Amino acid sequence: MPVSTVPFIQEPPLTVQADAARRRIEELLRAEEELILPRWHAIAKAPADELREIYLALLSGFQEGEDLTEVRGALAELSRSRARQGHTPSDTARAVFGLKEAVYETVERDGTAEALLGFTWFSRLIDDLGLFTFESYASAREKIILDQAEQLLELSTPVVKLWDGIVAVPLVGTLDSARTQVVMEKLLQTLVDNGAEHAVIDITGVPAVDTQVAQHLLKTVFAARLMGAECVISGIRPQIAHTIVTLGIEFGDIVTKASLADALAYMLRRRGIEISQAERPRIAVRTEHR
Amino acid sequence: MTGDGPLPIVSNADIVAVRQQVRTAAVESGFSLIDQTKVVTAASELARNALVYAGGGQVRIEVVENARRRGLRLEFHDEGPGIPDVEQALTDGWTTGSGLGLGLSGSRRLVDEFDLDSVPGKGTTVTVTKWAR
Amino acid sequence: MMERIPILKLGDTLIVSIQGDLEDQGVLALQEDLADKVVMTGARGVIIDISAVEIVDSYIGRMLATIADILRMLDADTVVVGMRPAVAITLVELGLSLGGVRTALDLEKGVALLDHVRSTPR
Repeated sequence: MPVSTVPFIQEPPLTVQADAARRRIEELLRAEEELILPRWHAIAKAPADELREIYLALLSGFQEGEDLTEVRGALAELSRSRARQGHTPSDTARAVFGLKEAVYETVERDGTAEALLGFTWFSRLIDDLGLFTFESYASAREKIILDQAEQLLELSTPVVKLWDGIVAVPLVGTLDSARTQVVMEKLLQTLVDNGAEHAVIDITGVPAVDTQVAQHLLKTVFAARLMGAECVISGIRPQIAHTIVTLGIEFGDIVTKASLADALAYMLRRRGIEISQAERPRIAVRTEHR
Repeated sequence: MTGDGPLPIVSNADIVAVRQQVRTAAVESGFSLIDQTKVVTAASELARNALVYAGGGQVRIEVVENARRRGLRLEFHDEGPGIPDVEQALTDGWTTGSGLGLGLSGSRRLVDEFDLDSVPGKGTTVTVTKWAR
Repeated sequence: MMERIPILKLGDTLIVSIQGDLEDQGVLALQEDLADKVVMTGARGVIIDISAVEIVDSYIGRMLATIADILRMLDADTVVVGMRPAVAITLVELGLSLGGVRTALDLEKGVALLDHVRSTPR
């Protein structure tokens, strides 16, 4: 996900006065760099070289007619490096806001009306940049979370082949609506890919289901039927059975089994395969034509 | 291709054309295969509704964007008899035509946002939005 | 004018493979053609392959169910094969069931299903 850009507040058309005020601030920033930068460094408690980079980017940005792309780049970098060192985004934003204080001292000393007027504009600009560090921090975090969620989803939804024509999805952990949907799509695709006419959705490892998740499970079973396959749900815990009944969710004619083993035995029977134990502990498999 | 103005819905062939246009727009907006299928199916239902109940209409296909994702907005408009009881029209199985009465209620379940605006005697506008996941 | 969907005959089974996006009249024509052909050939089973169909809306879904009902009265069993997962999920979401239409994953399983259905007494 790209770092979203904070739109700068739409400036009213420049009056001669406001223009002069801005120029005064620019002049001060340029002239008093030697004073402002160390002061900012003292307030912000951030690496001096990075602050300097931002400061210079700001100055050159002004020269380019307020093109702040470079400043944002430097800020995003600052935000990242400080996050790695364990600083919170508030720390970073506060460091940026510190520039206001440092500049204000210079403005006060200057004392001209232009400088004071310009400071209002400058202060708003810095507020926006401070918020931008927040945004870039948040979106970097969000990307990490999304990536991890996706990886987790991949990891946590295996579809396994149990027998020729029988596949199973053992679900482990809390099911939310998004994950259930992924499982559903993956299972249905597997039916096509393997030519499997029977599938078991095993929810032994699922601690709880809510209405939405139960609905998704039902939809999966119905969708599989439309495609010409049969789904059995196994491993329903007593609490979950209780929830489902209490919520009034209609499972209708969907086959449910207590355990994955029961579901497999049921599916094998449906496929005309009989398993019987011989006298000696040995399993004999006989296939019947359906 | 989208935003070139509304597509007319005056014949059965137009329903197919609407489906194809919506499909193209959904692919361009990065929809998953399932979401493409859902939004195209919803479009097909709503286009057919406009044709069957209002004798025709039009649809505007628009790619929309918010801070986090892209989506498709479809605005179906007709100048038919309108729907006197919107609440009832959105009930499964309710129909005045020969269909199953799943057009409106069903397509609502296929999209993320559904907005129905109908003035009896004037016409109906159905606006649906689906976001790419 | 739209093209009619070709119907193949294999033994006492008719096979139709629907390709691409269906126009409403196309489905209607298919219904008529299949009924005629079943009567003409005395076919006992019909397989409709929709593996190339990208969307099935409520109209097409209902037509498939109607076709199956009509052919049933003409003593032929219908199996719809190859429905894509995305189509199946969408149909369920739409709230549409195909009524009594039999379904199978692919053509081969459709043929096997027809054999099975016909070997079991009704």
